[in-house]
Amino acid sequence: MSITDLDLYGQAILLLAGLITLTSFLMLGQSRLPRLVMIFAVQGWLLAAATSLAAAVLDYPHLYVSAAMTLGLKGLLIPILLQRLMLRLGLHREMDTLTHPASVMMGGTSLVIFSYYVSLPVIAHSPLVTLNAIAVSLAVVLLGMLLMITRRQAVAHVVGFMSIENGLFFAAVVATYGMPMVVELGIAFDVLVAAVVFGVFFFQINDSIDSLNVDQLNKLSEVEP
Amino acid sequence: MSAVYALFGVTLGGMALLAWRGAGPHSGIINLRCNALALLAAMWLAGDVLLNGPQLSAGGLLYIDSFNVYLVALTAFVGLTTAIFSNPYMAHERELGRLTGRRLRLYHSMYQGFMLAMYVVLTTNNMGVMWVAMEGATLATVLLVSLYRTPESVEAAWKYFILCGVGIAQALFGTVLLFFAAEQKLGVGGDALHWTVLNQNAALLDPAIMSLAFVFLLVGYGTKMGLVPLHNWLPDAHSEGPTPMSAILSGLLLNDALYAVVRCKMLVDGALGTHLAGNLMMGFGLVSFLVAALFLHRQTDIKRLFSYSSIEHMGLMTFAFGVGGPWATFAALFHMTTHSLTKSAIFVTVGHAAQLAGTQRMDRIRGLILTQPAIGWGLLMGTAAIAGFPPFGVFASEFLVLVATMREYPWLTPLLLLGIGLAFAGLFRNVQPMVYGDVPEGQKPIVANLWPVALHLAIVLGLGLAIPAFLGDWFNQATQLITGMAP
Amino acid sequence: MSGLLTLLQTLLFVFSAPLLAGWSKRVKCRLQNRRAPSVLQPYRDLFKLYRKEPIVPYPASWLFRAAPYLIFASTVLAAAIVPLVAVNLQPARIADVIVLVGFFALGRTFQVLAAMDSGTAFGGLGASREMTISSLAEPAMLMAVFTLAMSAHTTNLSQALHYVLDSGVVLRPSFVFALGSLMLVAVAETGRIPVDNPATHLELTMIHEAMILEYSGRWLALIDWASQIKFMLYGVLIANIFFPWGIAQETGWQALGQGIGAIALKLAVLAWLLVLSEALFAKMRIFRVREYLSFAYLLSVLGMLSYIILEAARVHH
Repeated sequence: MSITDLDLYGQAILLLAGLITLTSFLMLGQSRLPRLVMIFAVQGWLLAAATSLAAAVLDYPHLYVSAAMTLGLKGLLIPILLQRLMLRLGLHREMDTLTHPASVMMGGTSLVIFSYYVSLPVIAHSPLVTLNAIAVSLAVVLLGMLLMITRRQAVAHVVGFMSIENGLFFAAVVATYGMPMVVELGIAFDVLVAAVVFGVFFFQINDSIDSLNVDQLNKLSEVEP
Repeated sequence: MSAVYALFGVTLGGMALLAWRGAGPHSGIINLRCNALALLAAMWLAGDVLLNGPQLSAGGLLYIDSFNVYLVALTAFVGLTTAIFSNPYMAHERELGRLTGRRLRLYHSMYQGFMLAMYVVLTTNNMGVMWVAMEGATLATVLLVSLYRTPESVEAAWKYFILCGVGIAQALFGTVLLFFAAEQKLGVGGDALHWTVLNQNAALLDPAIMSLAFVFLLVGYGTKMGLVPLHNWLPDAHSEGPTPMSAILSGLLLNDALYAVVRCKMLVDGALGTHLAGNLMMGFGLVSFLVAALFLHRQTDIKRLFSYSSIEHMGLMTFAFGVGGPWATFAALFHMTTHSLTKSAIFVTVGHAAQLAGTQRMDRIRGLILTQPAIGWGLLMGTAAIAGFPPFGVFASEFLVLVATMREYPWLTPLLLLGIGLAFAGLFRNVQPMVYGDVPEGQKPIVANLWPVALHLAIVLGLGLAIPAFLGDWFNQATQLITGMAP
Repeated sequence: MSGLLTLLQTLLFVFSAPLLAGWSKRVKCRLQNRRAPSVLQPYRDLFKLYRKEPIVPYPASWLFRAAPYLIFASTVLAAAIVPLVAVNLQPARIADVIVLVGFFALGRTFQVLAAMDSGTAFGGLGASREMTISSLAEPAMLMAVFTLAMSAHTTNLSQALHYVLDSGVVLRPSFVFALGSLMLVAVAETGRIPVDNPATHLELTMIHEAMILEYSGRWLALIDWASQIKFMLYGVLIANIFFPWGIAQETGWQALGQGIGAIALKLAVLAWLLVLSEALFAKMRIFRVREYLSFAYLLSVLGMLSYIILEAARVHH
């Protein structure tokens, strides 16, 4: 089966999968924090759109609820929370420039290829073409981790963490038609509490080291002075 | 089943009550009473399950069998004794000015929240809800690690949050893959994530997807457990938080993560038929065991020393579960009990020692046995217990692990002995000067409630000498469940 | 018959390129609230230049005199193989995308050599900047057209167009990425804002203008015409590869008329979009062009990966 065998909705889901990967790459290269949060919000909207499309194609109404939760939480609430925190802490003027953007982008591309390779046994046994997107979801998870590794600002770490959750949610939608409702609610609750705890953390870190550059959190180490 | 609801109700109610009134002077007592009620509920549940067999709740959301009911009882017990210790300790910290009323309120309500999360992890049947509760346990404790607001504790809490969060996200991917494998064969429905359903149909599930899922689950829950090389958050988080926190994190959370891994292993073994899951666990466990034993020698902070000891023991338990077979599984279950009790006792003692000496650095703690013999002896006995001295229970379980390894993988036994020896040397090298050295000036005895310590160590000693019949039965039943064979 | 049609299409291409340039200028003036010159003004400019006496710099060699003809010839050849109004014409058999990129490279080589041949500092400056940009833009462009080629299982342009026409309206992620990449590359290769300003003569900002600074008379006319044809080429490529509907698939008069109308409309819209982006974005600093083109390359790589991961047919075991 190739993409021409799908109907327009299925093609749209795959297109959204491609665009979600693009937003992950854009986040990798973005050095300004408000724009980073904006791109993360766009990723949330794309995810909600893909989930609603999947709900329409597969005829699972509970996916609409999941889509609404994603839109509310990842598309609106968390970006707004982060923007307000950044304004309060004066971070919107900070630049978190990458030192080696070319290597990071190449690393990102190799992660996409790696996640495709890892997902091959999963994809091989199903006739659904939309399952190809599970490789995309694993790629989004790995790219979120790459974002966390290459950044020094705490806000970027939070965005990376939430982007990992986005990828996992996408995997659940694409592979399993959404998790059971109780699990989805639990995960949404966890994400919300995590966002609140992150917010509290920003203030604690800022009070403690007077900046949010986590490279300066380096007092604990194995090599004792 | 109503026992479980009572358990949840007590903990949830306690959390709400302490969130409201936790800053008052009686908050420690309330915390203690909640834990006592929880222990009663757990005992009731245990009796129920032992008499009537495994229980499944309506809707299949909760499932209690002999494996997790024993862990529930252990959790409730250690939670209670730590709460007994925490009551005067935290009041003292408040007097010293290191904590405010607001932070104490957070501490007490999150203590109950953490206990609730752990009970949910242990009793749930739904793998997704297990993940949610595990993440919930992380969230409940992360703010407690930075309770003292020093730069080191904030750093430790941040590291804990990020590393555990990312690690556990891998576990969620593994759970999604598990769900996918189940839905493929069992059809779409809400019960494809139920452990009972998965266990029944394990042979039908696709091996390639299950092995991939297990790798992700092992990495994810292994991060929570402190398997090397995913362990970096553990020494920091366990050493920077308040002592009761270290006690329950080391004693209880690590056990729960191991429980999750073993549940997944049971599913994968049924699906795969090969020994892949066991081999992975053995590999990770052995590496953790040896690396932690080596790192023990470099530590200068007393709590970090014992955190590495936790990593080492969790590695040994993972290794034992990985070896499989009735002997090793029995040994691992037994070790979970003895380690939990001993480690929490040690952390309690260490907390008092640090309070006494005013520092956590080992080169500045001296002469404990002369200043306050109870603390000195407690530390000495605790270290002896955890290092594997006979006749303590830890010796018995380590011996059983060695016997099991000799039968199946004799070439690995020298490595185990090496690790045990290294850990022993590392621990005693550091503890001996602390207990016996010259007393520094101005060191005075403190008010300390060491009954929990004595109780735990006595239990461990008793277990080392003779396992009581009901406990033995319990372990036998659990071993039967996990490996399908009786020891 | 087919040969005649090919010749006619090529002539149409070559002679309507200044019209497109005039149309872009008109739209730009309207956006900037100025009074626009007539759409036919570029023809008048070319004619004026043709009648003037060309001047050769002192250190220049035969290359300086020959280069304009070579540049113009390679661009016309490239125009001959790209389907403008009809898909089935004579050069269809050699209308390979790699050949197309090769023609561009040929023209660029002589442009750059001639710029250095003039012996001035501006020439060398423009030449080195142009080579930097094209060394980054060419892989991106190749990767974008390869994405198309992978979907169509051929690098032949007309066969690829047939394939796209036959599959109907399909939302392909790889095409979306390739389109984005090709648009970014087109802006870089044709020397428009935000990469290069075609109207500037400041040393800091010149790229294309620096290379042709020493040219005058009919040589300048040929080079200007060639760059207008190149601009139209990129527009036709983007319009016909990604939105090929309306192109003539037989050679009847009605189909051809429809093809001309369709391509005129598409080019008009593309020119409008380009001018809008020129008005909205400022020119980038030279060393930021590297990031811009790396982003274009990233998009085309993502397009290729999207094709492999999301779209390709899998073999079942």
